Amino acid sequence: MLLLLVTFTPIVAAILIMIGLPARLTAMAASVLTLLISAIIFLRFNATSGFQFVVTFPISPELGLNFALGVDGLSLLMILLGAIVLVAAVCVTGEIEHHENAFYACLLLIAGGAIGAFASLNLFFFYAFHELALIPTFLLIGIWGTGNRRAAAWKVTIYLALGSIILLVGLIMLYRAVPVSARSLDLRMLHAGQIPASLQSNIYLVLLIGFGILISLVPFHTWAPEAYASAPAPAAMLHAGVLKKFGLYGLLRLALPLLPDGARQWSGILLVLLLANIIYIGLVTIAQRRLDWMLGYSSVMHMGYIFLGIASANILGTTGAAILMFAHGLSIALLFGITGEIRKRVPSLDFDAMGGLAKAMPLAAFAFGLGAFAAIGLPGFANFAAEIMVVFGAFQNGFDYQHFHVFQWATLLALWGVVISAVYMLRAYRRTFFGSSAKSELVITDIRSGFRVPIALLVSVSLLLGFFPQIAVNRLMPTFRNYFSATQ
Amino acid sequence: MISAPYLEVAVLVLGTVILLIESFFSKFDRRYLGYAALVGLALIFLATFFIAPQSTMSSAPFWNFYSADATSLFFKRIALATTAGVIVMMFDFAALVSSGVQGATPQSGLGEFFALPLFTCAGLMWMASAIDFVLIFVSLELVTISFYVLVGFTRRNPASLEAAVKYLVLSAVATGFLVYGITWIFGATGETNLQKIATVLSGTGLEQNAALFGGVLVIIALGFKIAAVPFHIWVADVYQGAPTPVTAYLSVGSKAAGFIVLLRVLDPFLILPQMQTLLVAIAVLTLIYGNLAALPQTNVKRLLAYSSIAHAGYLLVAVVSFSGRAVAFYLVAYLLMTLLSFAVLILVSQPAGDQLESFAGLSQRSPFLAFAMLVAMASLAGVPFTAGFLGKFLVFDAAIATHHFGLVVVAIVTVGAGFYYYFKVVRAIYWDAPPASTDKIIVSPLTRVALIALIAGTFVLGVYPQPIFDALAR
Repeated sequence: MLLLLVTFTPIVAAILIMIGLPARLTAMAASVLTLLISAIIFLRFNATSGFQFVVTFPISPELGLNFALGVDGLSLLMILLGAIVLVAAVCVTGEIEHHENAFYACLLLIAGGAIGAFASLNLFFFYAFHELALIPTFLLIGIWGTGNRRAAAWKVTIYLALGSIILLVGLIMLYRAVPVSARSLDLRMLHAGQIPASLQSNIYLVLLIGFGILISLVPFHTWAPEAYASAPAPAAMLHAGVLKKFGLYGLLRLALPLLPDGARQWSGILLVLLLANIIYIGLVTIAQRRLDWMLGYSSVMHMGYIFLGIASANILGTTGAAILMFAHGLSIALLFGITGEIRKRVPSLDFDAMGGLAKAMPLAAFAFGLGAFAAIGLPGFANFAAEIMVVFGAFQNGFDYQHFHVFQWATLLALWGVVISAVYMLRAYRRTFFGSSAKSELVITDIRSGFRVPIALLVSVSLLLGFFPQIAVNRLMPTFRNYFSATQ
Repeated sequence: MISAPYLEVAVLVLGTVILLIESFFSKFDRRYLGYAALVGLALIFLATFFIAPQSTMSSAPFWNFYSADATSLFFKRIALATTAGVIVMMFDFAALVSSGVQGATPQSGLGEFFALPLFTCAGLMWMASAIDFVLIFVSLELVTISFYVLVGFTRRNPASLEAAVKYLVLSAVATGFLVYGITWIFGATGETNLQKIATVLSGTGLEQNAALFGGVLVIIALGFKIAAVPFHIWVADVYQGAPTPVTAYLSVGSKAAGFIVLLRVLDPFLILPQMQTLLVAIAVLTLIYGNLAALPQTNVKRLLAYSSIAHAGYLLVAVVSFSGRAVAFYLVAYLLMTLLSFAVLILVSQPAGDQLESFAGLSQRSPFLAFAMLVAMASLAGVPFTAGFLGKFLVFDAAIATHHFGLVVVAIVTVGAGFYYYFKVVRAIYWDAPPASTDKIIVSPLTRVALIALIAGTFVLGVYPQPIFDALAR
């Protein structure tokens, strides 16, 4: 029941707004309600394995199709993330010049789609909820975006639609690979060992490409920086912070437990790709000359660490990956939110044209600094706790004292990413907020004091998890222990 | 309990009565004829749920021609629903009919315009039941001949006349192929009944090549009906020139009937591997051509014409994967979303024409029509929670289950292309500024109800397909 509420509150609110309820008020109420319910679910969640708060409605027995919602530790964390970022995104939204109701409806639909996908226990709805966000993204970037918004909107829509269709084919292949007697679209019916090892390799590849496009895995990443640079700030927050995590969630939820042999076969390729995400995209990020593009690339780069956690295929690494998904969602949402405000105040986001903003916008500078430090992985923030787990988990994989396995080399290389991200984040921070101020005569005001609410929310949750990662680890462990006890 | 053949008889009687009233009475509002047709169709649709099972029928020779199984009843319902939808659209199109027809009164021609689809409908329903080449041929001709008249109905419009001539000539060629194919099959097997042909074909000592040749000729003829590449040349011009409700009818009714006949005819022939290869090739060509040719279109009617070719491609994928269920569901989804898009098109294009520009800023002129078109385009593109997505899901599922991975790869690419051209319409509706003259578009209550029903159907079938499966499995 609670899960039905948390899934449908944003969607129903979006419909109500389109019918004519006051947009901002309804969106605010709905997002706060969503956050409250997901917090209740989070607190009442009992840290044992298996799905909880399950609701099921049968639809089509011949297809194994039902509408089933439920949470385990992993989806619990992602739903909470969706709710937190939704509240922050709605708070951050300022004056919308035209079609205010459509803007809020689109935001709510993106969040509702993401939360629905995380809560779904049926492959069909898992896929369907995610793609629900496609049209709102197209409209948000195309109508309210900045810069070359139309080209960006087309690119992201076609790219993601293609990725989704590939993913759909992968999901159907997965469904068809299960023997007829056990065939179902219901996740709870699918177990490790049902799919013959000989079929796993192909299915894993198709899923990796499909999810990889959605996550912006190199070489499928080119849509992401452009889309995030053009999208209005709240849309970028929700998309980069929450929706993009769907692909990672899918890999953790499906590929890892159901296709262990496939995962093993492709782990070499995956390591190369994720290192490209960390090192190559990291260097590309350093080379960026605009704040919004730099943030877009940085969000692509950080996906590499989460992939590293997934590739490590042990409890420590995957737990770290799950927490990193959460932590990255918080930090990138904060950074995009502040950047959106800066964009409204300065003529250009070019590093060369900015500088000294800290004097005019102390609150923004403070918040951006917190976000930047979190993104780098400064101890105290959740990102640090998660990255430590990912790195240790990956290093552990196949470790033996005689000689380094490929995973150890990969981990050592990936560590350089921390340095790279420190370089670009701190440089961006310095060039935006410190140094000589731009020569323009603009009177720049600080962000509204109402901004303290989303900033405090995002930062405090990140700090809380940074100091007490056990809160999340305890809830995640049973799920992942289940995965790996079954496969080993 | 009603015997199935009475359904077609009832539709014919309805059409004839409307035609007689039209000819013998002069002073009344012709739109009442349309309402009468709608009510009649609704009653006949209800009657399809009270059909006596075929097993209780006598074994009269009639039943060698005619089948009343669940599939044929299902397709009869599709035909009836489509016809009703088309007649609703005709009300909105009435103004253009009177300007396109020379007559003494402002409403001249309208009565025939409402009556002709009923004869087409009877033909479509017979096609759904036909299990003998003789009945297939006769019903196909009934459909085609009534379409000749409908396509050229607005005869003062040169585009409509051009469309009618093209349709006439190419349909005649297709009919020639069909008859020639039937004679070859009859010559090789000595039968016209599909079941008996299947028995003969599976036996030994048969001149298989002759039967195969005949089968290929029949597929060419049906390829014209379902608008499969390379038999699609007529589609774009005829769709664009014909009166819009007729275009919708051609695009849905004609295609649905073509596919049921294709399924029935292929049933005996698909045991021959050459036939498989041929159909896979046609499906690939249709998918690629339909989707690529739709990409640059700026005329919405023409765009929908190419999109109908593209959807024939997805349906063919389901056909070669032996999934009758996927074909049937996809056709229902296709019916809903195509009728929806044409109904909106008629309203939007009345003052401004069929160009994409007339959709610019529709979200500000009429949010309801904008939303209806958004749903139609989302469903055509295959966005989840719409019937179109579930249709694609079933098609992909069937193709993967039968290991047609080449087709799957082609379909992935073409679905991606589809997103582009359907979203072009969405872009015009929501991104672009409206033209200077922003007249409100008036939607009549009847059309509004029909649009809401189509939208609701699109969403309901998008998450709850079970009624369709139940109807097929009766």
